Amino acid sequence: MKIALTAKGTEWDSMMDPRFGRTEFIVIYDDEKKELSHYDNRAIESMAHGAGPRTAKKLFELDPDILLTGNGPGGNAAAVLKNSQVKVFVGAGDMTVKEALEAYKSGLLKSF
Amino acid sequence: MKIAIASGKGGTGKTTLATNLSAYLSEEEKVVLIDLDVEEPNSGLFIKGDLVHKEDKYKMIPLWEQDKCTLCELCQEVCNFHAVIQLTDQIMVFPELCHSCYACSELCPTSALPMVQQKMGELKHFHLGNLSFVESRLDIGQEQAVPLIAQTKKYINTHFSGEMIQLYDAPPGTSCPVIEATKDADLVILVTEPTPFGLHDLTLAVNTMKELKKEFGVIVNRHGIGNDDVLEYCLKEHIPVLSKIPNDRRIAELYSRGELVYQKFPEINKQLLKIKNYILEMKNGKAQ
Repeated sequence: MKIALTAKGTEWDSMMDPRFGRTEFIVIYDDEKKELSHYDNRAIESMAHGAGPRTAKKLFELDPDILLTGNGPGGNAAAVLKNSQVKVFVGAGDMTVKEALEAYKSGLLKSF
Repeated sequence: MKIAIASGKGGTGKTTLATNLSAYLSEEEKVVLIDLDVEEPNSGLFIKGDLVHKEDKYKMIPLWEQDKCTLCELCQEVCNFHAVIQLTDQIMVFPELCHSCYACSELCPTSALPMVQQKMGELKHFHLGNLSFVESRLDIGQEQAVPLIAQTKKYINTHFSGEMIQLYDAPPGTSCPVIEATKDADLVILVTEPTPFGLHDLTLAVNTMKELKKEFGVIVNRHGIGNDDVLEYCLKEHIPVLSKIPNDRRIAELYSRGELVYQKFPEINKQLLKIKNYILEMKNGKAQ
């Protein structure tokens, strides 16, 4: 199982990024290998419009089973994600990547 | 002659000035007032004329035709606004993000993205003696004010003489809608209030107008509150202060009831005359 997280860094103790569309990184946790990989999304900073659909498309391509994030995707991004199988969980905006994964596994994150 | 009434800060009195000045000027000549604050037009609360014309306004957006599409990704590559996104086997179009540039539609090798109309708002045209009033209102859910502002200006250019005094009530701020509302103006009047917040946002508006190379002047509304920093700033920057409108609770009371104020306050009348003279001098090429 692949779990994607919106984060401000690429490490276990990196803070989560509460934003979806403008998240700095998408961190991917591979449940079988117990490893982190990441996609650098920082180019989005310079884009004035359409960050939501853009990041959602990227997530669509990364094709994780689960997304853990903070505030949840906006309307446009959510419309894109509807076409994928990803299940979205929110409320992890103030946690580290590690804490977010633990919170998810303990069932503490809200389904979006 | 096109005069845009703008401000950095919201709530400084753009609409109060635009409605009172247009009514005042229309006592002697033909004037048109245009409400370009299409996200929340409110000049119409003060100007109640006869409706002479109404029309729906449309913007053009691409419509995906699945049977023609080869999923070549060109459309999403050329879209600067990510309004067109290709997923595995489909194209998604986000009309609110689309700026109607036609790039995806024109460049599509199989013409699978024809442009179609989408209603974005409504324009209304009223008459009240010498005063014509035109307002446009963006539909709920529409995110872009610029296309509607542009089309409203086009309507004015088609229906009114350029010789006439045209007063444009602009949106607040300094973003794209403000640029669109002010970029063709012969004169931009920046309404501000003498407070730190007013000065901060006035500075942004002044820099915007300098960038646009506009003729502009400042009106200090609610003069008497706050401090003198706005006036000192204008003096230092050599920005003409066209008028200082005194702070008076009774003006706010009339405003809250949707009434014009200038007939009831000799002082306001005097200030409007000063503004009128400035405009007329400029119109006759004598300003400065």
